Amino acid sequence: MNTPHHDPDYNFGYLDEQTKRMVRRALLKAIAIPGYQVPFGSREMPLARGWGTGGIQITAALIGPADTLKVIDQGADDTTNAVSIRRFFERVSGVATTELTEDATIIQTRHRIPEKPLEAGQILVYQVPQPEPLRKLEPSEAETRKMHAWAEYGGMYVRLYEDIARYGHVATTYSYPVLVNGRYVMSPTPIPKFDNPKMDDMPALQLFGAGREKRIYAIPPYTSVKSLDFEDHPFTVQSWTEPCALCAANDSYLDEVITDDRGGRMFVCSDSSYCEDRRAKGHVGKELATAEALAYVGHVEGGSDVA
Amino acid sequence: MTQSVATHLASGLADPVFGSQTVFRTLLDALSAPGKVFTLADDLAGAPAGLPAAAASILLTLADYETPVWLPEGYDETRRWLAFHSGAPVASSKTNAKFALMDAASPDTHLGAFNLGEDRYPDTSTTVIIVCEALSGGSPQTLRGPGIQTTTTFAPLGVHPSFWDEIAENNALFPLGVDLIFVAGSAIAGLPRTTQIAGA
Repeated sequence: MNTPHHDPDYNFGYLDEQTKRMVRRALLKAIAIPGYQVPFGSREMPLARGWGTGGIQITAALIGPADTLKVIDQGADDTTNAVSIRRFFERVSGVATTELTEDATIIQTRHRIPEKPLEAGQILVYQVPQPEPLRKLEPSEAETRKMHAWAEYGGMYVRLYEDIARYGHVATTYSYPVLVNGRYVMSPTPIPKFDNPKMDDMPALQLFGAGREKRIYAIPPYTSVKSLDFEDHPFTVQSWTEPCALCAANDSYLDEVITDDRGGRMFVCSDSSYCEDRRAKGHVGKELATAEALAYVGHVEGGSDVA
Repeated sequence: MTQSVATHLASGLADPVFGSQTVFRTLLDALSAPGKVFTLADDLAGAPAGLPAAAASILLTLADYETPVWLPEGYDETRRWLAFHSGAPVASSKTNAKFALMDAASPDTHLGAFNLGEDRYPDTSTTVIIVCEALSGGSPQTLRGPGIQTTTTFAPLGVHPSFWDEIAENNALFPLGVDLIFVAGSAIAGLPRTTQIAGA
């Protein structure tokens, strides 16, 4: 086998083989019970808990020489968390990495789902800060376990209803709870609710790892994922009045970027790979020149800044 | 003494790190696409007589000292081989087993005898490896459920007729229930507890 070069001071993928087996067993049970949180023996990792250690342990248990890894943080490939996790896997596994969604076999993500639809055979690994959707309603793990066991989800609907009573609409915009396979209420992680509909019936496998909270859960491909709502207050996603200022996309999730100290701002795609791909294809947003002048984006020539 | 152990014990995975990684990814694919038949890469350097290569690969990939394995009668060589390679203890009963081996043709098809998990921890249930003659050519079953886009057909050969009723009962227990991995030679197919049997 043509094994890639990894740092010989570590086992391939950093984790020892017994830990990988434990994580792998948890992953298989998670797939068999969609949306249910499987406890696992989360290990100390060489970065602090809360920085994606759950996702990293899943990726480490999955990854092999044939894989191509993409890591994103809030949609971007070039932010600190994404860069350091990508470098970590380059070092401990030596596998190929990419920024292109379509080239990746494993995509580890913090708080976004890529704009480009994922395909069968791809695996999306979410980093999860708080896996328990009921935690703000009930602080006790023993109690939330029972609530899931007996599908006692009335409290969650009351929480959404209280939003409607107070604001006239459901004010939750991220970590918007979903019902998986008609049985378990699950936290989709702090993705914007804009991304929730992408989870439903997705052809790719979705895996979720919470390192600090020691939980793994999963959504198999082609599984029903419904955002909780009411008949008279159906679930809706965010929308914007203007397209992306850089690539003119009107179908992507936009981040606000402050451009000066006099109130100047623009809205740009949070998925940096999607935005670059569109600009490389000639799409020009109305503030692209301003952004280039500010060096917020480089002049895209289809290149990549990752070593 | 050393000599006799060496001649009696078959080897395990040729490469424990990369071999188990590819086996695991195939298992992940199999449980994510119930009823679809996958072939495991031939990473096995040896397996005990009577144990299909796929079952041997799965046990070496997933079993260790934390996972009691239940084996039916007649798998003594497998018992010794597994203890040597994985350190997995033998389960004293079906309800203690994390993994179990079962012959698909056996008239004792009762899946409820295994550990079904409990309502707060349904993940503690047994994963049962079902040994078949082949994973195609049998009476076709239509499957639906998570991992299957619409429906799919699964027709393992040499399965006791009452087995499909057992699987339907197992599915009705959701979120409790055992998860099944069908094996024949080096072929595998997953049938997690979520999969529904829609009939012939």
